[in-house]
Amino acid sequence: MNIELQFSGGMELLFDGQRSIKVVLPSNVTTMRDLIAHTKDHYLKERPELFVQGDSVRPGILVLINDADWELEGELEYELAEKDVIVFISTLHGG
Amino acid sequence: MKLCVLCNTNRAQLKRPKTGQQICKTCFYAVFEYEIHCTITENKLFKRGDKVAIAASGGKDSTVLAHTMKLLNDRYDYGLDLCLLSIDEGIKGYRDDSLETVKRNQLQYNLPLLVLSYEELYGWSMDKIVAQIGTKNNCTFCGVFRRQALDRGAARLGVDHIVTGHNADDVAETVLMNRKLLVLFQKFTLTHFPLVFRGDFARLTRCTSITTQTLETSATTAPEHLTIPRSKPFKYTYEKEIVLYAYFLSLDYFSTECTYSVEAYRGYARVFLKDLEKVRASAIMDVIHSGEAYAQSLDEIERVEAENGGKKKKKTVVQKQGTCERCGYISSNKLCKACVLLESLNKGLPAVSLE
Ligand SMILES: [Zn+2]
Ligand SMILES: [Zn+2]
Repeated sequence: MNIELQFSGGMELLFDGQRSIKVVLPSNVTTMRDLIAHTKDHYLKERPELFVQGDSVRPGILVLINDADWELEGELEYELAEKDVIVFISTLHGG
Repeated sequence: MKLCVLCNTNRAQLKRPKTGQQICKTCFYAVFEYEIHCTITENKLFKRGDKVAIAASGGKDSTVLAHTMKLLNDRYDYGLDLCLLSIDEGIKGYRDDSLETVKRNQLQYNLPLLVLSYEELYGWSMDKIVAQIGTKNNCTFCGVFRRQALDRGAARLGVDHIVTGHNADDVAETVLMNRKLLVLFQKFTLTHFPLVFRGDFARLTRCTSITTQTLETSATTAPEHLTIPRSKPFKYTYEKEIVLYAYFLSLDYFSTECTYSVEAYRGYARVFLKDLEKVRASAIMDVIHSGEAYAQSLDEIERVEAENGGKKKKKTVVQKQGTCERCGYISSNKLCKACVLLESLNKGLPAVSLE
């Protein structure tokens, strides 16, 4: 499955400054829960504690699935689909 | 597809943290802007003709603030004369980059901009200060200097009012860092709130009130010593909505944490607040309202004590508010905090501790 990860609001700093990564997912990554772990293991460059907490993202990180708040899409249980765009936005950076 | 509960037409794109409502982008922009308009008008923050400086750091809050103030001033004809005021702390790779963002905002929103630097005001940039004292107390210096710098910049611009981008999450965080409030929470009904943070009272009053004008001791302050009033139009606006608003509208903001901040990202109270919100959606508003009620009850206690002969009157209340004999800034001591810090810097001493 091909999806796109985007990072914004300072989140990109944990991913080597990349704002967008096109990703080919292995077949065992099917939900947002899987994707967060996969992203942490394969793409995160530093300080995992600033990205994940337990099996989810750290509170204060906003997640959008195809431009909609993931709270409307089932959060961790969301079943990924081909061409999904997943955005992680940090709100914890200074304002 | 989930439909927006407000218009019943468009696809819902976010869940509002304040109400739990699922709404579309168009309705989101409308309610977001309208609620800030209501905060401004209900609290009578400004009057027609006021010159208002927007404290602009280039970060998300102040960028959205500049955008919203400009938009509301035009839409509702507040008649405000808006400008941007930025403080350049002199931090290479952090402030110089974020100032570039502010300069773009200046053009995007067509607002005049004043940039005041620590170097210019105090003879010391944060880079120089850190070179001398290291990174242990540098945030103390920065905080004291920034507060004065905003007042001085505002005076230079001749403004009637300063607005800052402090949002509901910021205010709630400050409340949670208050030790006296913690004691009160434990004593009375809200014992289930596991408050574990410390802080000071003056900061609480300053942060929970939507507009602040003087320093801590307002009772005896002569009018000519009043600082320029500061307001927080985002006091009831959630950070999540500010960030999504900026994201959906592709507003141009800068998001790197200060290089010298000891605590990378936000502190523990902030993270705790986010955790609390997960189990109790209304946590942020609950905490703000508790802080407001507490600040009010303290005022009341002081009033009653004063009426009863003021036996236990606090030293700070009777202290005469004056000005710093060196720089003229409002201060209850001979020298203001900035001048005390500067003195230690200029003597080449390590940081003094400031309480
Ligand atoms: Zn709608
Ligand atoms: Zn002074």
